[in-house]
Amino acid sequence: MSAAAVTTERSLSDVLVSPIRRNTWVLALLGLLAVLLVFTKLIQPSYGLAGVQGLGISILPLAFAAVAQAVVVIAGGVDLSIGSVMALTSVIAASLMEGQSDAFGVAVVVGVLLLGVVIGTTNGALVVITRVPDIVVTLAMSFVWAGCALLVRSAPGGAASPWLLNLVIGPFGNPWIPKAAIVLVVIVAIIWIPVARGRFGLSLYAVGSNQLAAFRSGVSIGRTKVLAYALTGLFATLAGLSLTASTSIGTPVPGPYTLESVAAVVLGGVSLAGGRGGVFGPIVAVVVLQIIQNDMTFLNVDPNYALVAQGVILIGVLVFGSVIEIRRARR
Amino acid sequence: MSASVRTNQWLSVVGWRGLFRDRPIIPLIGLLGVLIVAIELADPGIVGPEWAGVIVRASVPLAILGGCQTLAMLTGGIDLSVAAVASMSGFVTATLLHSPGGVAQGIIVVLVVAAVAGLLNGIGIGVFRVHPLIMTLGMSFVVLGLANVWQLQNVQTGAGVPDSLRWIGSTTFADVVPYNLLVFIPLTALILVGLRRTGYGRLLYAIGDNPVAARLSGTRAWQVLIVLYVISAVMAAIAGLLISGLTNTASVSLVDASLLPSVAAAVIGGTSILGGRGGFGGTIVGALILTVLTALLTVLGLPEPSRQVLFGAIIVVVAAAYTRVTAET
Repeated sequence: MSAAAVTTERSLSDVLVSPIRRNTWVLALLGLLAVLLVFTKLIQPSYGLAGVQGLGISILPLAFAAVAQAVVVIAGGVDLSIGSVMALTSVIAASLMEGQSDAFGVAVVVGVLLLGVVIGTTNGALVVITRVPDIVVTLAMSFVWAGCALLVRSAPGGAASPWLLNLVIGPFGNPWIPKAAIVLVVIVAIIWIPVARGRFGLSLYAVGSNQLAAFRSGVSIGRTKVLAYALTGLFATLAGLSLTASTSIGTPVPGPYTLESVAAVVLGGVSLAGGRGGVFGPIVAVVVLQIIQNDMTFLNVDPNYALVAQGVILIGVLVFGSVIEIRRARR
Repeated sequence: MSASVRTNQWLSVVGWRGLFRDRPIIPLIGLLGVLIVAIELADPGIVGPEWAGVIVRASVPLAILGGCQTLAMLTGGIDLSVAAVASMSGFVTATLLHSPGGVAQGIIVVLVVAAVAGLLNGIGIGVFRVHPLIMTLGMSFVVLGLANVWQLQNVQTGAGVPDSLRWIGSTTFADVVPYNLLVFIPLTALILVGLRRTGYGRLLYAIGDNPVAARLSGTRAWQVLIVLYVISAVMAAIAGLLISGLTNTASVSLVDASLLPSVAAAVIGGTSILGGRGGFGGTIVGALILTVLTALLTVLGLPEPSRQVLFGAIIVVVAAAYTRVTAET
């Protein structure tokens, strides 16, 4: 993956510069995030603990959804069924946990996570077996999973186990650190870091950047894609569960998460062509988008302009990015 | 997965597969026939001229939206802003009902607004090379947001779907032939002739089939793409007018539910999402298939959730069968 790993001799400047160069996009996003936080504090001097805690819980579902989308986009696919999978897993969890003991709730969470892997594997297997483009298969499957969600429960309802709510709501140690942020970082790190560092991660990026080259170097494309979708299913389920945890009910109708996850992934520096990017960038992008939305509320802007702003930012950032890319290519 | 194996398979049955590949519309019409027979078996006596009229009337807007996707997909793109543009068009026309210029003014305004949205899409995709999925997605946020803002400013003035739109969108001649064909037939003729007989149509295929070859042979892709997305947005606006006339509602989210079916119609109709292959004829049949399928699932008395599940499953099966038959991925 990294050119640095191939060469045996590395100068000090290489060690320092290359990670920065490789992560320019994410670093720029973090800079934007810092600017936005300062701006928020300026326009809303009372912004503090409550704001940060609210931010933590409100980004959780979309952050997991963005990670889910990032995994499959890196592998050169796209999953348009994430919103539906979230709705399905969220209603199943909320319906089963209602009025049950904590121990049963844990079992439900584990079971639902396994179900998410099965759902993702199904999506992936269909993509590989039918050879129909990813976008078409997952689009059609979004109807299937959304229909299943409505079969489980036709109206919002159910409940989340108290421990699940406690897991994500409130501060962790220091009052400034939302539990939700810890949960997000820990879970994503536990799942993603071993994956990205291992063989599978390598084949994931290989398949995404050049399918033919990956095939010729002995990577099983079908298996890699199915595993990528399985991982996406797992993260989408985590997103669904955090939806249940943050609203304490299950809603069978998919939210806007599918398309917003695509937007967050691209803003987070993952190329839709595949093979480039990580899961950290999309998470930062989700935080940035949420802060912008909050700021517009503080500024008393009509909330509908927030939607316009989201679109303009999405387009603007990408136009900016591609202008830089085009310039670099000309040099 | 091996490319060589696939080629051999393809060559051995090049005869009938070639036929389906070149004339994808034949198996599709067969499928449509099967669905019609199925619906007649499920509810004897339902199929008749009036039923056909209802089906055609419902298919026309979907076929136009599918046409937007078809044109975009021929170049290897996609247009996710069609639903927002179409909803905006129906809604804004309704709010302009009492303006001095009346309905005509409203329609002109929305067509111009749609064209601007399409122009921006085209500039983003053609000049700045933003991925079409993201560019049109961002545009759909912008259009929907602005439509919402417009809605809040017009709460007092009231809105109603103009009679003329209701007439063309929902009424039928002699209870059989829907009047929305008055819009659809000229539009279809224009697209079919445009794709087959004009240089511009060939450029769409060329860009999607092999962008490098197209560029080397002197195609200015950005110009083609800008025109394409303007056409797509204007068509979406026209579809939105027909849908608001058909349903007699004006809402900023009216067409949202048709976004994914519009992609499905183009895909089922044999247009490759990878570009360079397909056509509008197949999309029309695809839209008819989706409408008849929905009608069939309703006739079978299935509840809405089961219908959704089957709808999605059938799209996968049809797309898979289609890919197998034509040996294209």
